[in-house]
Amino acid sequence: MAFFLLRRIGTMLLTALCLTFIVFWLTNLAPNLEKLAKNQGNVRMTDEQVASFLQDRGYAQPLPLKYAQWLGVAPGWVIEGRDGTTRSRCNGVLENGVPPENARSFCGVLQGDWGYSTVFQDGVGSIIATRLGLTGKLMFWVMMVMVPGALIIGVLAGMREGSRTDRTLSTVSIITTATPEYVSGVVFIAVFASTAFGLRWFNGSATSAMEDATFENFTLPVMTIALYGMGYIARMTRASMAEVMTAQYIRTARLKGVSFPNIVMKHALRNALIAPFTVIMLQFPWLLNGVVIVETLFNYKGFGWTLVQAAGNNDIELLLGVSVVSVFVVLITQLISDIGYVYLNPRISVS
Amino acid sequence: MEPLGWFDILTRIFMQFMPVWIALVVLFTLSIVYKRRLGLYGKLFDSTIGMVGFGLVMFWVFTGIFGAFDLIITHDPLAQVSSMKNKPPGTPIMGAEDGQYPYYLFGGDNLARDVFSRMVKGAWVVVQIAPLATLFAFMVGITLGLPAGYYGGKLDTLLSFLANLILAFPVILLFYLLVTPEIVDTGIPNYMAMVLFIFPLVFVAVLLNSRYRTQPAVRTPLLIGVLGVMGWLYLSLISQPGTAITVLPDALDLFNLQGGILVVFVSVVFVNSPTVFRIVRGLAMDIKTRDYVAAAQTRGERPWYIMLWEILPNARGPLIVDFCLRIGYTTILLGTLGFFGLGLPPESPDWGTTINDGRRLLQIYLHPAMVPAFALLSMVLGLNLLADGLREESLRD
Repeated sequence: MAFFLLRRIGTMLLTALCLTFIVFWLTNLAPNLEKLAKNQGNVRMTDEQVASFLQDRGYAQPLPLKYAQWLGVAPGWVIEGRDGTTRSRCNGVLENGVPPENARSFCGVLQGDWGYSTVFQDGVGSIIATRLGLTGKLMFWVMMVMVPGALIIGVLAGMREGSRTDRTLSTVSIITTATPEYVSGVVFIAVFASTAFGLRWFNGSATSAMEDATFENFTLPVMTIALYGMGYIARMTRASMAEVMTAQYIRTARLKGVSFPNIVMKHALRNALIAPFTVIMLQFPWLLNGVVIVETLFNYKGFGWTLVQAAGNNDIELLLGVSVVSVFVVLITQLISDIGYVYLNPRISVS
Repeated sequence: MEPLGWFDILTRIFMQFMPVWIALVVLFTLSIVYKRRLGLYGKLFDSTIGMVGFGLVMFWVFTGIFGAFDLIITHDPLAQVSSMKNKPPGTPIMGAEDGQYPYYLFGGDNLARDVFSRMVKGAWVVVQIAPLATLFAFMVGITLGLPAGYYGGKLDTLLSFLANLILAFPVILLFYLLVTPEIVDTGIPNYMAMVLFIFPLVFVAVLLNSRYRTQPAVRTPLLIGVLGVMGWLYLSLISQPGTAITVLPDALDLFNLQGGILVVFVSVVFVNSPTVFRIVRGLAMDIKTRDYVAAAQTRGERPWYIMLWEILPNARGPLIVDFCLRIGYTTILLGTLGFFGLGLPPESPDWGTTINDGRRLLQIYLHPAMVPAFALLSMVLGLNLLADGLREESLRD
C-alpha cells in the first residue's frame, strides 16, 4: 500500500509539473507577452519599447529559466533596466541597485510566493484563497443536494428493475444528464426569477450570496450544478443496484423470508454503493467546469469566475495559480477515489 | 396585422418544418419496413426509447441540412428589422415587403434578428461539427488505444500518462488557453490540427494494409488511391491562407473553413480523444485474452491485423453506444465554447452563442435564450436516448 501511494503521488507530481509547464508556456507566448506589455505600459508602444519593457521585467529570459524561477528552484532575476532602474523578481524595484540585507533570492510557488495579479491588483495567493473559499461554500451545498438525491433516485430505480418507478426515474436522470448547466441555468432563471414568467421565487443573481447565502439567492446556482451531475451518478447507482439485486445472496435472503426493505437496506445497499463512490469522486473535475459556467451565469465571484477573468485578460500569474489549484484538485480526487475503491472493495488488491 | 396566438404560431412552425416531417416519415417508413434486414440499425426500431431518440436526432439533422439550403428559415439569420427588437413570438413585421415572411415566429432578439431562423441555422453548425469532430476523436483514440491495450508495457504507460495529462486539465481552461486570438495567431491550433488530423490517414492506411498485405496487387493501387484522396483532403483541411500553415496553393486548396471553425474543431477533438483512448484501451485489454485472438496469433497473423480486424469489430457495441453519447457531449462542449464567446464569431447563430446573447436580458425577455436552450436540450436528449436504445438492443443478442 505504501509503495502504491508513493507511486501515485510521484505520478501526480510529475503530471502537475507537466501541466503547469504547458500553461506557463502558453501564457508566455510572444503575442501574449506583447499584449501584457501594452496593457500595463502604453497601448501605443512601438515594438522596440515592448521589447525593452519585457526585457526589464524579466520576461525575455529563456522559458525553462523563467519556469524554474516561478517554481522557486532557481534564484529570481535581478535586472538593471535600460531606463536605469534595477528591478528584481523577489524584492520589486531596488533603490540603489543592490538587494537589501537578508532579502530572499528564491521566490516561487514552492516558497509560497504566488505572484501578483495584474487584473485584481492583489497577491495571487490571497485572491485564490478567498475565491476558493466562496466556491467551497457553493460546492458544499451542491454535494449536500446532489449526492443524497442521486443515491436515492438510483437505489429506488435499481431496486426493482423494469418497474414503473424505474422507468420514470431513469427517464428523469437521462433528461438531467442531457441538460448542460448553461441550459438548465437559463431555464431556471426564466421560470423562477424573471418578471416575464411571474414566479419570482428566487434571485437570478447570486452576487449577494457571497456574503450571506440565503435560500433565495443560493438555490438556483446550487440546483443548476447539482442537476447535471445528479443524473449521471443516479444512473451509475441504478446499474450497480440492479446488478446487486440479481446476486445469489439476495436471492438467498429472499428465500429465507427477509422483508424487502430489509434486503435493500441491510444486504444490497452496501455493495451497491462501491461503484457510485468512484463516480462521485471523479465528478469533481466536471463539477469544476459546471462551477465556471454557473458562477459566470449567476455572477457569483468565486474560483470559476476568477478563472474566466484571469484567462480573458491574460493575467499570467493568476492564471497559473488557478491552474495549479484546479489540477491539484483533480489529481487529489483521483487519488482518493483509487484509495477509497480499494478500501471499499476487498476483492481489489493494489499490488 | 394582429400578433399571432400560440396556436397559430405552432401551426405555422409546423408548416415551416414540412420538409423535415416528410423526410422523417419517409425515413421511418423505410426503416420499419426493412428493419429485419438492417442489422443493429433495424433493431433500434424495436425499442421505443431508441425510436424516440433517433427521431429527435434525425429531426435536428434534417433541420440542419434543409436549413443550410435555406428551406425552413423564414428570414436571413443575420438580417435586422429594426422594429422587431426583443418582440415576443408571433409579432407581425410592420410594413412587410412582398415575398418577405410577415411574422417573426419566435420573436426577435436584442439585435432584432429572427430567433426562429437563427435556431434553424444553429442546428446546421452543430450537425456540421459535432459528428465529424467525434469521428476524428474516435480515429485518434482507436489508433492510439489499440496498441496501448494490446502491447501494454512502456508504450501503454507513456500514452496513458499523456491521456491522463489532458484529462486532468479543466476543459474550460484548455479552451481559454487554445482559442484566444493571441494563441491562434501563433498558429498552435494549426499545428495541432496537423497532428490530430493525420490519424484518420494512419488509421485507414494501417487498416487496409493489414488486410491486403498478402495481396500486393490489390493493396498497392488501393492504398495509393485512398491515401491520395484522403491526403488531398487532409492538406486542404489544414492549409489555411494567412495562417502559419499554407501548404497548398490556392488553386489546389479544396475548401477553407471559416471564422475559427478549425480552431473550435481542433480543441473539441483534442478534449475528446483521451477519453476515447481510455475506453478503447480498456476494451482491447479485455478482448486480447479471448480465444479467437489466441487463434489468430497461432495462425501467425500480424499484430495490427489482430488489433484492427479481430479486436476492433468485437469492441463495436460499446464503441457505437459511446459514439452517440459523445456526439451529445461534443454538442454540449460546442455550446460551452459559444457560451463563453470563444472561437466562433459573435454573430454566429450557433446555440451556445445565442444563449449567451439572450441571457443578458433574460429577466425581461425570455424567448431569445429559451428557444436555443430547448433546441440544444432536445438534441442532446435525443442522442442520449438513442445511445440507451442501442445499448439495450446490442445487449439483447
